[in-house]
Amino acid sequence: MGRQDFNLVEVERLWKVYHKTEKTLNLSDPEAVEKAEAAGAVIAVRDVSFQIKRGEVFVIMGLSGSGKSTLIRCLTRLIEPSAGVIRVAGKEVTSMDAEELTAFRRGEAAMVFQHYGLLPHRNVLENVAFGLKLRGLAHELREARAQEALRQVGLAGWEKKYPHQLSGGMQQRVGIARALVQDTDLLLMDEPFSGLDPLIRREMQDELIRLQKEWQKTIVFVTHDLGEALRLGDRMAVMGAGVFVQVGRPQDIVMHPTDEYVQRFVQDEQRIAQLLDKGRVSWVRSIEAHASARTGKVAAGR
Amino acid sequence: MFPSDIEFHVAPYISDFVKWITVAWEPFFTAFSNMVLGMLLQIEHLLVAIPWWLWIIAVTVIAWRQTHEVVKAIMPGLLLFTVGIFGFWGIAMETLGIVIVSVIISLLLGIPLGIAMAVSDRCNTMVTPILDAMQTMPSFVYLIPALMLFGLGKVPGVVATVIYALPPVVRLTNLGIRQVSSSVQEAALAFGATSWQLMKEVRIPLAMPSILAGINQTTMMALAMVVIASMIGAGGMGEVVLICTNRIDVGGGFEAGWAIVVLAIVIDRLTQGLVRRWDTPGG
Ligand SMILES: Nc1ncnc2c1ncn2[C@@H]1O[C@H](COP(=O)(O)OP(=O)(O)O)[C@@H](O)[C@H]1O
Ligand SMILES: [Mg+2]
Repeated sequence: MGRQDFNLVEVERLWKVYHKTEKTLNLSDPEAVEKAEAAGAVIAVRDVSFQIKRGEVFVIMGLSGSGKSTLIRCLTRLIEPSAGVIRVAGKEVTSMDAEELTAFRRGEAAMVFQHYGLLPHRNVLENVAFGLKLRGLAHELREARAQEALRQVGLAGWEKKYPHQLSGGMQQRVGIARALVQDTDLLLMDEPFSGLDPLIRREMQDELIRLQKEWQKTIVFVTHDLGEALRLGDRMAVMGAGVFVQVGRPQDIVMHPTDEYVQRFVQDEQRIAQLLDKGRVSWVRSIEAHASARTGKVAAGR
Repeated sequence: MFPSDIEFHVAPYISDFVKWITVAWEPFFTAFSNMVLGMLLQIEHLLVAIPWWLWIIAVTVIAWRQTHEVVKAIMPGLLLFTVGIFGFWGIAMETLGIVIVSVIISLLLGIPLGIAMAVSDRCNTMVTPILDAMQTMPSFVYLIPALMLFGLGKVPGVVATVIYALPPVVRLTNLGIRQVSSSVQEAALAFGATSWQLMKEVRIPLAMPSILAGINQTTMMALAMVVIASMIGAGGMGEVVLICTNRIDVGGGFEAGWAIVVLAIVIDRLTQGLVRRWDTPGG
């Protein structure tokens, strides 16, 4: 098995600098970078490298402003990286021309957004079929496939409604259906459930776990919520100030935070665990129970 | 007194220049004039061919479908009826014809220009000051270049009207497209929309309420200018007002003014209804 077969996504030394000097800045010179920062440059992603295996749910967790959205957008070059190499399914995304990039976005990666990004002037069915329309698929064909995707996310019967007539949770189901219908291996999700209230949020997480059992996609999932990361992630990266502070299995990160930033994230989780077992069972066990949904999925998926 | 021996006139040079242009570009001006006249003739024919009662019924039906209120539905038709009662039906249709032709030309120029401004910041910074200047200039001023190039008549009337009425639709097309939510645009791009698809499928449809508001404003300004353009022989309702003013015929002036106001109200209602109809489905 070749390396690309194993890793769907490979990112090497990715940088994103928001500044007017972005194009001219020598990123391999730490002093120059420091100087640019002093002059107001924001280094949203700083020399990040990672790989994601096929079928893996990779969670990126971090505080607001840590660079999660920038990073996930760099993967399809919705935000143009300042430096670095991105490969998806062995193809080098960072060296694609405009045409290749359009084809890549149409066929190989689909995205779900925090603010849904649905077209307000199109009904639910047309929204789901939108990506297929961009590809030039015939009307009947794309509507049939959109219908099927809507059924999968539990929205059969809502085809003719407009986005503003739907609750937040349902709008995000439309967002997920729109991504599913693209039939891509890679699914990118930027805080898809952060705008929803806790109960709906939980429901959507369960739904995603159920869908993932069926689809076994490779998912990059961005969140600022540790609970969500624990439930969904096979592997997670804790992001802070543009770098991956710690990467590993969620339970390992909760058990062994490598520094204070990660510790601050996981301390509540540890405390809850300690309260639950009242000192008899180790808190590790209950964290593992917390991540049971994920473990169940892995067992079923492999 | 200003010393008259340092007086200097550019008028002869400008006249010579314009004469030169009109001669050198004669085929262009003739072709343009013929095209505008042809459009005017056909549209006027069409407007006059529709019987007056059908007009009133149509306006009432459209108003009803937009408002679903009895009073608001009956009003425009009733007002239009008074135009006929005052004996201005034919001449009002003449005015309407010039307005329609001017608006069509304004939209053909203005919407693409607005799109270009939304797409290119450079185009935006270049055109915006021109639009600002156009809107601060008194409408009378536009009669001069039109008169210079096309002489007297309906064609210069249309030209002056187009120049005067152009800015709102350009501005609101530009604004509407620029205001389309970036999260919706980002989603479209993420699914592989080309810039042409983004424009056609997302930006223009979502800018439509703004564009239609621009069309409404452009139409209202066109009506105002067509009335003024009667001074260079565009004819229509403005000419009646002009004649009444010259004769100090207060009563006649009132009737003509009334008819113009009615036209304005009816046109405004109908084009605004268009905006509202577009607004409802998307929310
Ligand atoms: N277009 C931009 N221009 C300048 N700075 C930006 C831009 N987008 C994001 N940033 C900055 O980059 C950093 C990372 O932002 P973001 O990727 O949105 O983080 P997160 O998604 O983790 O909240 C923040 O400091 C933010 O202010
Ligand atoms: Mg974000």
